[in-house]
Amino acid sequence: MSTPPLPYRLTRRTFLPAAGLAAAGPVLLAACGGSTTTPVSPPAGTSPAAPAQATTLTGAGATFPYPLYSKWFDVYQQKTGVKINYQSIGSGGGIQQITQRTVDFGASDAPMTDEQLAAAPGPLLHIPTVIGAVVVTYNVPGLGPGLKLTPEALAGIFLGEVQKWNDPRIAQNNPGMGLPATDIAVVHRSDGSGTTNIFTDYLSAVSAAWKSRVGKGTSVDWPVGLGGKGNEGVAGQVQQTPGAIGYVELAYAVQNKLPVATLKNQAGELVDPTVESTTAAAAGAAASMPDDLRVSIVNAPGPRSYPIAGFTYLLVYREQADAAKGKTLVDFLWWALHDGEAFARDLLYAPLPAEVVRKAEAKIKSITFQGKPLRAG
Amino acid sequence: MQRVWQRRQATGRLADPVFEWTVRVLAAAVPALVLAIGATLAKDAWPALARFGPAFLAATTWDPVHQRFGALPFLYGTLVTSALALVLAGPIGLGAAIFLAELAPGWLRGLTSSLVELLAAIPSVIYGLWGIFVLAPLLRSVIEPLLAAALGPLPLIGALFRGPMYGVGFLAGGLILAIMIVPTIAAVSRDVLRAVPVEQREAMLALGATRWETIWGAVLPVARPGIVGAVILGLGRALGETMAVTMVIGNRPQVVASLFAPGYTMAAVIANEFTEATYDLYLAALVEIGLVLLLVTLVVNVVARLLVWRITGGRHASLGLQGGG
Amino acid sequence: MAGPAAVSVSTYVPAGLQRAGVGGRFQKPGPRGRRAAGYRRRRLTNALMLALVGAAALLCVGVLVAVLGYTVVQGAGALNLAFLTQTPKPVGEPGGGMANAIAGTLVLVALGCLLGLPVGIGAGVYLGEYGRTSRLATLVRFAADVLTGVPSITIGLFAYALVVLPMRHFSALAGGVALAIIMLPTVTRTTEEILHLVPESLREAGLALGVPRWKIVTWITVPSALTGITTGAMLAVARAAGETAPLLFTAFGNRFWSWDLRQPIAALPLQIFAYAISPYRDWHRQAWAGALVLVGLVLLLSILARVAGARFRPAEP
Repeated sequence: MSTPPLPYRLTRRTFLPAAGLAAAGPVLLAACGGSTTTPVSPPAGTSPAAPAQATTLTGAGATFPYPLYSKWFDVYQQKTGVKINYQSIGSGGGIQQITQRTVDFGASDAPMTDEQLAAAPGPLLHIPTVIGAVVVTYNVPGLGPGLKLTPEALAGIFLGEVQKWNDPRIAQNNPGMGLPATDIAVVHRSDGSGTTNIFTDYLSAVSAAWKSRVGKGTSVDWPVGLGGKGNEGVAGQVQQTPGAIGYVELAYAVQNKLPVATLKNQAGELVDPTVESTTAAAAGAAASMPDDLRVSIVNAPGPRSYPIAGFTYLLVYREQADAAKGKTLVDFLWWALHDGEAFARDLLYAPLPAEVVRKAEAKIKSITFQGKPLRAG
Repeated sequence: MQRVWQRRQATGRLADPVFEWTVRVLAAAVPALVLAIGATLAKDAWPALARFGPAFLAATTWDPVHQRFGALPFLYGTLVTSALALVLAGPIGLGAAIFLAELAPGWLRGLTSSLVELLAAIPSVIYGLWGIFVLAPLLRSVIEPLLAAALGPLPLIGALFRGPMYGVGFLAGGLILAIMIVPTIAAVSRDVLRAVPVEQREAMLALGATRWETIWGAVLPVARPGIVGAVILGLGRALGETMAVTMVIGNRPQVVASLFAPGYTMAAVIANEFTEATYDLYLAALVEIGLVLLLVTLVVNVVARLLVWRITGGRHASLGLQGGG
Repeated sequence: MAGPAAVSVSTYVPAGLQRAGVGGRFQKPGPRGRRAAGYRRRRLTNALMLALVGAAALLCVGVLVAVLGYTVVQGAGALNLAFLTQTPKPVGEPGGGMANAIAGTLVLVALGCLLGLPVGIGAGVYLGEYGRTSRLATLVRFAADVLTGVPSITIGLFAYALVVLPMRHFSALAGGVALAIIMLPTVTRTTEEILHLVPESLREAGLALGVPRWKIVTWITVPSALTGITTGAMLAVARAAGETAPLLFTAFGNRFWSWDLRQPIAALPLQIFAYAISPYRDWHRQAWAGALVLVGLVLLLSILARVAGARFRPAEP
């Protein structure tokens, strides 16, 4: 006796497993592929104890050096095949994620405070990479580059006391520039930012009113203004808003053809932000850097120094948890400190002075795995 | 044959309860997940809850550097943008729903309904993109100056329309949200209106009422709870929207009257600052904002669905209308 | 049909009509002048309000056309082969594309399906077949509705605490978990409703043949409802594909190709967001192209789902 026919069409039965495979296919592919560690066979004749190399690293942090870092990671990937995935979420994010150990290295222009260092699960090193300039950029229809801003005018604008572009405090230093009577739209960072840290550090140094009312930090209580996310967000907002003024790293302004203001430095000279003036700002600091390399170079002395400049750091643990990743990381850091500096000038960052490079090298050599340094020579 | 039958019965006896319990466990995973989300948020927010207490919701200073956290600017921003969105989207959504339910001929009704529902499917980030490059410049150059000139000088309400005009701000946020919740309100209201018994309309028309009088006098009063539910459902969606609002709100935590001013919402501050909360209290404060947002949205959604179900009899209207955020 | 409609028509005149002067006036026609004036006013009001209502519908559609049209126009101009096949270039250099972001979105959505569909369909099967009136069923339905209303950023917070922190790493897995949670309520409710539509005669036929309950569900009811279940899954996928907020701190983003589920992964909405707020004009153009791809994907899924849902007919015995 035959079994009765099933009450559904046979074609539907094949749909379910097919659909399941279609959904699972890419996922299985993803799960099988892409292991992060491939053993590197040591060259013949060397000891067989050479550690394996990781092929991917994850980093996060400052947007300040992101144009340069993205160039570095691109070049490094073509040279060695190592993919370094970096997300520019701001210096605050870099500090947080490295503290949580959800990334392999962090990046920050604001050196970590003692409290933040104490909160980390292990000792963290600050490896300086380049020096960058924080520029004041603006978008005023009809106004070209080279607007001259004194410290008093700048502090007044960001305090909300100078509200129109033709205010006398701006106009008296810019005769004949045709300043309109439009409102000033201040743009600042909405996220935790090392760029903000450098900028507010400068404003606190030159304006007692700023220092008492706002102070310095990666994230402050701004008296006025719109918030933009990252250096990109501030530059984007300034670009979109006529009458806007904001502070960004030099590369962001230049790459987007935004005009840049000329500032008066401590010596009273008017200085444009360039690689030379940025280098001059760091010249004095190199000799007197503390042992952990955390330093501020705003309002630097010297006639050619640009007043708002800062070092930017990569944050790494001295004790690495993974041998392969640690080795890849120190190799990259070494490359960045030597070969990577060559790319800095084109993107308008100042390469590190020689003494600072030496001190950074010593820091890199102190990175260990289970007590043994990962970089010998 | 007898043995085959017995064997089939035996496997059935074992497999049936196994299957039923498997399915039951999977079903129970849904409420378990909801509880887990609430519990995880409450646990992570505990440091801030313990430290600040209820004053958290009333304090206006958000200063991570000095460890002073107050959620009022974000609550204010969320409420203002959502209220603005409701004021704009409520009448328009209801009008579109009336058109779709009562007036449109069959072919037009299907086409327009589908179009309106497609509007709900567009992801939030794309509305944000359009907001940055189309809406904000339009507001800054045309709409806000018009509003300032026409309404600014008025005594009380004029305070809403004064001040520097950036394009981004509360008004931009409210407008984008209005565009995003109009399809929700329209589609759910349409279902509610269609659920009103046809005898109501026939009775009015038999008395010689015009089409509009039928709608206003017979259909809308019966459908009113459901329409209120639809509007509250739209509110629930507006409260939780993140990306589109983050991109046009101006990111400035402040409590000011002017709609032209930049502001901040609860969802936006979490999106912007979560990855960089550098110490536990900061993280806990952000999670506490997330918890408040969750509770407010839940209450609003539950109330809305109860109202809608009473009219549509439990049939689930327009499931696909909670779009991406 | 019970309810207010059962009221006698001859005595009940709704307040709205009373205000308009109908009912009373209808019974006794007054002098021609007064009646004509009232009637003309009513007709004017009628025309005006209907025009307003039509205008509201037109406004809704008009906004859709504005947003979609702008996306299509801007995106089509920037969409090219390089965009679809290359990864992002370093900051400031023109060119590059979002190929890894498109692939990343597909991987994340597939992962969400893998994690969310079994639970959703299982829960829907329970609600539709086993527990139509039980207390657990009411709780599950309520929870599914609650979950629909949970803001997606809150789900991202949960996935961060659940997956990222223990793993000590942002990952595609965390993003997949977040998307699965977002997809869950839609799939559950749609599956339940579709199973309600399957005719009882199918189940009865199975029972009459001595088929065990579980086999009736898995081999008879669910396959005949498969089109509807797929519709629900497609709607859920359309929603999940557009989500950005929960991916911000789970999937995190990636500049390179990545197939490892334990690593961060790029996603189309994330990349659009990052490019949109930047100052680089080339990135703006790429953001529009990405938006076109994303909205095309989402709308295609939504339209397919509705077409398939409309044509669904459970198999007749």
